[in-house]
Amino acid sequence: MNTEALKDLLYKMADDQLILGHRNSEWTGFGPLLEEDIAFSSMAQDKVGQSWQLYKILNDLGESDPDTVAFMRNADQFHNCQLVELPNGEYDFSLIRHFLFDTAELIRFTMLANSSYEPLALLAKKIKGEIKYHKMHADIWIKQLGSATEESIERLQESFNIAFPYALGIFEPSQMEEEIINEGLFEGEEKLKAAWLAKVSEIIDKTSLTLPEASLQTPVYGGRYGTHTDNLQPLLDEMSEVFKMDPAADW
Amino acid sequence: MVSKLTEDQIKTWLDEVKDPEIPVLSLNDLGVITGITIEDSGKVRVDMTPTFAGCPAMDVMQSDVEEVLKREGIEDFEVVLSFATQWNSNMISEKGRAALKKFGLAPPPKHNLIVDIELIEHAKCPQCNSENTEMKTPFGPALCRSLHYCHDCHQAFEQFKPL
Repeated sequence: MNTEALKDLLYKMADDQLILGHRNSEWTGFGPLLEEDIAFSSMAQDKVGQSWQLYKILNDLGESDPDTVAFMRNADQFHNCQLVELPNGEYDFSLIRHFLFDTAELIRFTMLANSSYEPLALLAKKIKGEIKYHKMHADIWIKQLGSATEESIERLQESFNIAFPYALGIFEPSQMEEEIINEGLFEGEEKLKAAWLAKVSEIIDKTSLTLPEASLQTPVYGGRYGTHTDNLQPLLDEMSEVFKMDPAADW
Repeated sequence: MVSKLTEDQIKTWLDEVKDPEIPVLSLNDLGVITGITIEDSGKVRVDMTPTFAGCPAMDVMQSDVEEVLKREGIEDFEVVLSFATQWNSNMISEKGRAALKKFGLAPPPKHNLIVDIELIEHAKCPQCNSENTEMKTPFGPALCRSLHYCHDCHQAFEQFKPL
């Protein structure tokens, strides 16, 4: 087995979950409705839990323990796509990001349930059942607000246009993409992207929203290789504040 | 005279370990104890599987199981959490389902491992048994619960999510 390729795959997925999990948690206490406050908080808890399990697999492969890996790296050592680190903005932006990201996640973990690396396949089976609820939540709101009032449609469309090139960055190919595919670890980002576009269109077609033409967009790449926006480091500083004060703290 | 320790005996001890978030539900009835083995050396191994990957109660459940084993005088034991056997909500026992309902939580609908929106939307009110209910949100006060409203008894209620 090519351990380096496997680690590369695990790191980017774990980092995506951790960072978006943290962003989701920023809605706690601020949701536009109590139910949405709870929804984003629950999804935060799921995603951070999933990232822990992915970091645990990395730990079993010889990397540091999950807390150290999560809290002690700087922005340029993170492999998450830039989409997940962008600030929450207004609810419309958070919602469209959640829709675009979790649609990809559900397909990704469904594909990974057949990974040749068994610990990952087992975890993916678990995660896909959980992400299904995230996708369901996103679909309900996109369908509702994407066909509601002029304002809701306009705001969602505007956020959609901004988020879309970043969403294409989810599928930035790994340095070891070929090894990852050849070893049967994962079927690859290109295949995921095609399936994702189809699923995104399926929901968007039921609304008054328009899907930006993917071929005319320049995907925002770099995140998988440690290039990030200025938004990531402040997020990491806040997230790791307690850990850095007292790494042995227990609560 | 010491009678020989059996897997069934250990299972009975574990009946007192409850889900910390649903204190009427034992781990046996929740279905998260996936194996109990006594090795030739006498070492006891208990296998557990998480309900949700991020469930914060799993660590508590694991240490509660360890406490019971210690208290019963088992010195050599290991409690292993893994995804090798995957939990799904069909694994909640009939006794567990009855306990959930009595607690005010609608038990998860039985499913053929295909969980879709139709399945989740159709919750039966645990107070009045009406099926004239509506899902308010798939996310509730814990990862494993969704929120619903009953149009007959006009009460909000929670359902243990099908997974």
